[in-house]
Amino acid sequence: MRIRYDRERCVGSGACAFTLPDIFDQDEDDGRVLVLVERPGSERRKAVEDVAASCPVFALTVEDD
Amino acid sequence: MTAEVTTAPSAVEAPPAFPLSRSKCPLSPPPEYARLREEQSVSKVTLRVSGKQVWIVTRHDQVRQVLGSPDMSSNWKLPGYPLQVPLPPEVLETLELPLVAMDPPDHTVRRRALIPELTAKRMQALRPRIQEVTDQHITAMLAKGGPVDLIQELAVPVPSLVFCELIGVSGENVGFFRRYAEQMVNRDITPEEMGAAQYEMEMHLQGLVAAKTENPGDDVLSRVIAKNNETGELEHNDLVALARMLLFGGFDTTANIIGLGTVALLQNPEQLAQVKADPSLMPKAIEELFRYLSISDSATARVATKDIEIDGVLIRAGEGIIALNGSANRDDRFFDNPDALDIHREAKGHLAFGHGNHQCPGANLVRVELDVVFTTLFSRIPTLRLAAPVEELEFKHDQLIYGLYSLPVTW
Ligand code: SF4
Repeated sequence: MRIRYDRERCVGSGACAFTLPDIFDQDEDDGRVLVLVERPGSERRKAVEDVAASCPVFALTVEDD
Repeated sequence: MTAEVTTAPSAVEAPPAFPLSRSKCPLSPPPEYARLREEQSVSKVTLRVSGKQVWIVTRHDQVRQVLGSPDMSSNWKLPGYPLQVPLPPEVLETLELPLVAMDPPDHTVRRRALIPELTAKRMQALRPRIQEVTDQHITAMLAKGGPVDLIQELAVPVPSLVFCELIGVSGENVGFFRRYAEQMVNRDITPEEMGAAQYEMEMHLQGLVAAKTENPGDDVLSRVIAKNNETGELEHNDLVALARMLLFGGFDTTANIIGLGTVALLQNPEQLAQVKADPSLMPKAIEELFRYLSISDSATARVATKDIEIDGVLIRAGEGIIALNGSANRDDRFFDNPDALDIHREAKGHLAFGHGNHQCPGANLVRVELDVVFTTLFSRIPTLRLAAPVEELEFKHDQLIYGLYSLPVTW
């Protein structure tokens, strides 16, 4: 799996970085999402999909490789 | 006559008054929401505050559609905007609009100036300090002995102190902010006194921004100001508006969730026992409390800037619309058995913080505050219980943000 993200859409709510701090972070300058691990193991899929569903602007998507 | 004509509201009959009344169960949203979601999910209401007729939407997908749409404006100054506070037009005209009342691109610039200060990491870094403040207040509560008012002893002071530290208010000014916070939960205060308190606070925020521009410290407001000195994007009044927004978003809301959340957990003793036994369940329980309590239920309002169709109903440009997140959070198309508090459910996708560009930028601060407060409260006072029947508690039925005026507890 691979995480795709759209920094233009991101409004920096930080829901992703709060819930999965080992996978997501936020830029120090503008607060927008940084993906630390673009290809987490498949055992994290459900967790990442849950976070993507919580993103207020749907800036995160999970894709198959 | 066609069915269409007979089902349309007749010209003489005004749409129901809004906000709709809550049921006898004070933790539940108005029961009418459930009927509306089924039968008339997009409908008209008459605002009690102004007599204006505006739309409400009640389903989860519709609330998301409205709050995510670029054709919906948050600008309070547009004529059709469904303002729910009695702001006289002359005041509104001169008001420096807060972040929540702006649209892109102004909104984007200001929000981006603020959010780096409120990142998940920074909020987590506040945890030890929040713990200290919480411990001090619980120690004081225990020393006093029950019954005490949890709102005055814990729910108001903890978030207000955290707020003061966050924006760098120190010394005697902390006392000023605390008194202000207390006044805001005082129902006996007259509109004149309330106005005077608001004015005094405004002056205070003005002074605070001026002082931090001169003498920046190590706090959120100072850092936003310092960065702005380089970019020059925001003016003094923008910064005051930001401080004001942090104030209004930052402590009353958190205080209300601490109060209501305590009641909800005490009313569900089995679930409370589970979180007490395993505090790692707390973050999930808190997410569920956000969904279940939806304290800013009817605060998310917009005005259409283009004609837009929602579920076959045409909303015209210029018409106001309120997206009821409290109704969306009880929509059984999205959540199973939504009227039950279930700390084990996947509450993801709840709309308690709004949705879209305006989603509450302070959500992660509240998450940390509630985690610390609830975990500490129930571990240090495991026998905590209500000191009055739920039916006798004073809920803020008359406020835009729902909560409790007081909460007698004992142990
Ligand atoms: S949840 Fe969405 S909007 Fe919030 S920081 Fe992550 S990507 Fe950005």
